[in-house]
Order: sequence, then structure tokens, then C-alpha cells
Amino acid sequence: MLRSLRAGLVIFLLLVVSTGLVYPLVVTGLAQLFFPHQANGSLIRQDGRVVGSGLIGQYFDKPWYFWARPSATSPVPYDAENSGASNLGPNNPELIKHVRERIQVLQKADPQAKGPIPVDLVTSSGSGLDPDISVAAALYQVPRVAHAGGISETTMRQLVRDNTTGPFLGLIGEPTVNVLKLNLALHDRYVADKTHGAAGK
Amino acid sequence: MNAVFLLTAMVLSIAVLLAWPLGGYMAQIFSGSPSWAFRILAPVENGFYRLAGVDPRTGMSWKRYALLWLLFNMIGGVFLFLLLLLQKDLPLNPQHFSDVPAPSAFNTAASFISNTDWQDYSGESTMSYLSQMLGMAVQSFLSAASGIALAVAMIRGFSRAEKEDIGNVWVDLTRSTLYLLIPLSLLWALFLVEQGAIQNFAAYVHAHLIQPFGENGKAVTEQIIAMGPVASQEAIKLLGTNGGGFFGANSAHPFENPTALTDFFQMVAIFLIPFALAVYFGHEVKDRRQGWAVLAAMILLFTPLALLSEKADLAGNLQLAALHVDQAHKPALAGGGNMEGVEDRFGAAGSALFGAMATATSTGAANSAYDSFMPLSGMVNLFLMQLGEVTPGGVGTGLASMLAFAVIAVFLGGLMIGRTPEFLGKKIESYEIKMASFAILIMPLLVLIGTAVAVSTPGGREAVLNPGPHGFSEIFYALTSAANNNGSALGGLDANTTFYNIITGLCILLNRYLAYLPLLAMAGSLARKKRISAGAGTLQTASPLFIGLLIGVVLLVGALNFIPALALGPVAEQLAPPPPSAPILAH
Repeated sequence: MLRSLRAGLVIFLLLVVSTGLVYPLVVTGLAQLFFPHQANGSLIRQDGRVVGSGLIGQYFDKPWYFWARPSATSPVPYDAENSGASNLGPNNPELIKHVRERIQVLQKADPQAKGPIPVDLVTSSGSGLDPDISVAAALYQVPRVAHAGGISETTMRQLVRDNTTGPFLGLIGEPTVNVLKLNLALHDRYVADKTHGAAGK
Repeated sequence: MNAVFLLTAMVLSIAVLLAWPLGGYMAQIFSGSPSWAFRILAPVENGFYRLAGVDPRTGMSWKRYALLWLLFNMIGGVFLFLLLLLQKDLPLNPQHFSDVPAPSAFNTAASFISNTDWQDYSGESTMSYLSQMLGMAVQSFLSAASGIALAVAMIRGFSRAEKEDIGNVWVDLTRSTLYLLIPLSLLWALFLVEQGAIQNFAAYVHAHLIQPFGENGKAVTEQIIAMGPVASQEAIKLLGTNGGGFFGANSAHPFENPTALTDFFQMVAIFLIPFALAVYFGHEVKDRRQGWAVLAAMILLFTPLALLSEKADLAGNLQLAALHVDQAHKPALAGGGNMEGVEDRFGAAGSALFGAMATATSTGAANSAYDSFMPLSGMVNLFLMQLGEVTPGGVGTGLASMLAFAVIAVFLGGLMIGRTPEFLGKKIESYEIKMASFAILIMPLLVLIGTAVAVSTPGGREAVLNPGPHGFSEIFYALTSAANNNGSALGGLDANTTFYNIITGLCILLNRYLAYLPLLAMAGSLARKKRISAGAGTLQTASPLFIGLLIGVVLLVGALNFIPALALGPVAEQLAPPPPSAPILAH
């Protein structure tokens, strides 16, 4: 029995070293060697400062930026050290209340917007960090952002197209627009034109 | 709707196409017949045995195999428990997280050694990099290897005749890890990083917002972004049907599952090894059609349920439709459907499919919030677990349980035609039937008794988030998930309470360490038996008839056990009128 215990302990420790030290360190080494940008969080820098990650959404509420999806993280929306969803059930009155409030806010902010509101703009995402909105949700906001930002709707739609990712091979996934990248493109224009308290400060 | 069929068909066919050669490779690994992997890694493997004082050629009786398997799992549990309790002062803790409290550490240890990966914590705010890497990730490998060892040993019961031994547990564990899990994870992890998953040991990054905002009267000017060695853990999380995510949001988190493409391959990865084990089974019993028959039964059980779930979630929420929210699926514009708790890049149908795959195996990973699924989609998740995780189930355990169902099906077939039942040339006698029944019935007992205890105690009821039948579903789901070693959750339930830590921890341990021992006993008994040649009255177990019988047995056992309880949760929620506090807008 003592022999078996020793065998168990030794095999366990050797497997811990293989799977818990050698394997992750090899992955880290290769990742840092071949894909350092991705391995370190796809960070976006401006003027030497990190302004966000291309994969992690941020909260926007100024009319001259595109707004991201509602986020259920706490204590602040898009809290990237506490990811999570609302977990509200589909028939929970709380969920319906939230959706109604979001509809009111959007209708007030986008009086010129046409048609029904795309669902992803009034529902919170699974991670609370969704970097994307649907193309429909971006187009819905175009009149507001164009008006507030002093940019033509045509240019604005082009910017949306530039930041759109279609489904892989047209089959896998859904059409999305990366909100932070789109807003960074807008931000650059505002800075160049010296409009809007430019940097949004 | 066509998109739903197409996506489901693509995921399943790619998983089958990859599992086909992998099953053959596994046959080489576990029979010890030389392959390229042996030549490269054999010195490492033999070094392990030398250091441990193990003779790899010595077989073990089922009792010895089971005992050492338990010992290995116990060592892992104690190691993980201590690692979490002492986390604060150990290295690789840049965020200075404190020690994990004992109830949570017990629950997490039980959960990760058993391939359950039920998580009562949120990784990025609780666990140090060392705990994740040396604790969660290690157990994700070892619990998967333990599951595979169970299946391999059980299959030897059928493939061997007049033998006492069913293999050497140390060899099976070592080979699963070195030759199968590590190489596959390495490739998969690098692909994940290429797509955007992170892999570093940096402290959390502070990003300066281009548009600061106010929240509760305070100005928010920066976003703190959690970091860590994510991809290496993510890879084995799916391949080993574990499901324990690095972050709280699991596979919904962009750093775990950055693109639609990674999501697609996460789904393939979940089914890969369970499917490959079915192929391996065919190789090992020297009749490939047997493996394909089991695989066909798994796929035929899974597919309609997955399609139902996808369709229900894509149809969207009626209460939102009443508010004139646009939930339509429009190619090139919007995924649409029930988007609460769903990421835009995956879409509602893609999330429902992921949910079905994660619950049909013991994975329990989530790329969306299952608590916000439409009632029918939530019910599919529940029912796939309640079928006993056999469609195709966790790595190893799924196939082992499916073979137990096959033994019952053969027995029923034998009763119908009045012949002694036999399966793969082995007589199925009362001992085998007893062991198979014992293995199958432990889970429903744990789920139903556990749920009854939880709904009748204040500690069980207080943790619920959503009102009405959905609240019952949250409790029922928690016990179902724990007792099936699945690990997914309806996240609204506050599971990090002493009550839930203990009750789910116990269900996890009792199922994992009671339900599979009878199957090893059955394997021991079968291995001792003579092989008899098939006669005119032998039920062909690779025929469509038998596949149908097997599906019938799985469905019958699952339905009889769980339909009454399902009626109180998701069925009631689906049929109930919307609550009066959510008036429908007149237009």
C-alpha cells in the first residue's frame, strides 16, 4: 500500500509539473514570440498611453460617439475586472423594466432614427464587455452621431462599414461593428478638426 | 432557420471528421502499439514510471484499478484545496488576492478534480495566476485523464476474455495526458492566442478612457483590464470537457473566446474527445461498426434537442416584441433573437447551440448567460444533463455511461425475445445488470433529493434571483449540474453560500466517485468471462434496430425521472402568461 501511495504521489507530481508548469510556460513562450500583440490583450495605444483593448468594450454616453450595448457589470458598466451578465430570466419584470428604460433613453437621444430599435441595443451582453454592436445597431445611431459630431451621414456610414466584421466565410457568427475602434476613428477626426471638446474632456 | 441547421451540421460533421483519425490514434496509445508519438515521448513516459517505481507491463484487477484511481483523485483534491487556502502568500499573485475561504475552497477542489468545474467564484476577482495555472488548469487535465482512464478500463472489460486485469491505471493516466491532452491543447491554445485570447503573467492593465463618464456621482476615467495565462487553460477547458473558465463570464469573455471562429472551434473541441472515444471503442472491440452505432445514438439524441433550443432562442422574447424591439434575424445587419446575456459576435442561435453542447457533455462552459435563455432553450440544457450526460457526455464518463445504457438495452432486447442477453460476445448476467442500474440511478437520486432539500430550506431558497417558476429552475439546474458533474449554472443563483457550497460539493463527489465504480466492477466481471460466438438469436448491436432501442432506453429513463420536475420549472414558465407588472404597450 505504501508503494502504491508513493507511486500515486510521484505520478501526480510529475503530471502537475508537465501540465501546470511546462505546458503553460511553453504556450506563453510561443505566444509571446509569435503573437505578442494578441497575447498581451490586443491593447490599443494613443500617444503612448493605453486607451483600451480592441477586444474589450467600453461605455460611451456622449451623443457624438456610438454607444455600446448595455452592460450588467458592477460597480461600473464595462468593468473589465469583473465580467458577467444580468442573469435576468426572459420573463422577469426587472428585465422588461430595464428594456423599457433603455428604449426611452434611445428614443430621446435619437429622435431622427427610423424603425424599431435593434434588440442588442436594449439587452445586456453575456460578458458585460461585448466589444461589438450589430450593424443594424450602428446604422440606427448614425443620424445622431453624424448630427452631434458634425460629420455627414454618408461619411459616418462609411466609417461603420470600415469597422464591420462579417460572419466567417459568410456562415459562422453574426455581422458586428467594433464600437471602440469606430469611436477611436471618430475621436481622431474630432481631434484633427478641434471639435467637441475634442478628446471628450 | 436554414442557418441554424447549417451551423449545427457543420459543427457536428467537423467534430466527427476529426474524431475519426483521433479514435484510431487513441487505440494506438492505449494498446501500446508503437506510433510516432511513442518514439518522441517514450523516454519521458518511461522516466515517469522509473521515478514512481511502477512497472507499466503489470495489469491490475478492477478493485486495484478503482482504488488507485480514487487515490490519485484524492491526492489531487487535497493539493488543490491547500493551494487555494494558502493562495495569498504564494507567488504569481500580482493582484494580491486573499486566501480562498474554506467552504469555497472545498467546493472548488471537489468540483475541479471531478471534471465538474462548477464555479462559485469569479476568476478575475478571486484567483491568483498560480491558483489558475497550477490548480484549475492542472485539474482540468487530470480530471479529463481520469475520465478517459475510466472509459478505457471499462472497454477492456469487453475486449478481453478470461483475464483478471483491466489495465494499469498509472499507464492510462500518464498516456492520456502526455500523448493526447497536452499535444492537442498546445495546438489549440496557440490558435486561440492567434485569434486574440491572452497569455501572459502581467498585472492588470489600466486603460485611459477617451470618453470618461460619471457613475453614481464619481468620475470614471480608466478601465482596468484583467490579464493572465488564459489561452493555456482555455484549451484544456474545452478539450477535456471541463468548463472551468479563467474569467467569470467564461466563454462569453472576449479574452477567452475572441471571435466567431474560436467559438465555432470551441464547440468542435467540446465534442472532439467524447466522439473520438466512441470511435476508439469500435477499434478496441475489433468491430468498428460498434463504435459508429454508439456515436450515431449520441448524435441522434443530441441533434433534435439542440435544434429546438436554437429555434426557441432565435425566435426571441415575446415581451420584447410587444415593446417593438427588432428581434428579426437579418443577414449582413443583425443576428437578432433573444439577445439578453448573448454576445453579438456569437448570436442567439450560436449561443443556444453552444449551451446544448456544453450540457450534453460534462463541459458546462458558457458563451452566454443560460439564466436568460428562453424557457424552452433552458429546458433543453437541463434535459441534456438529465439524460445522464451521454449525448456524447464528458470525456470517458459519457461513453462509460452510454455503455451502461447499452447493457440495459441488450438486456431488454433479450427479455423481448426470451434469450440470454449478450453484448460483444459476453453474456450479460444479473451482476452486470445490477452494476449498470446502480451506476445509472445514483444521479437521479442525487438530483431529486438535492432539489427537494434545497427548495425546502431557507438557505436553498434565499439564493434565488429570478421570481416564479424560473426561480425553481435555478435551484433544479444547480443540483442537476452538480450531480451530473456538468458545472454550468443559471448564474442568477448565488452559489457562493455555505449551503450551496456544501450541497453541490457533496452531489459532485457522490456522483463522480460512486457512479463509475460499479462500471469498473462490471468491467472486471466481463473481462473474466469467456467469449462466446454470436448465434442466430444474438441481437445485432451495430444495427439501426439496436440504435433505436438504445435511444429509447436513454430517453425513457431520463423522461421518467425528470418530467414531473421539469413541469414545475421551464414548462410552467413557458406556458405561464407574462406577469401583470410588465404591461404591453399599445401602439
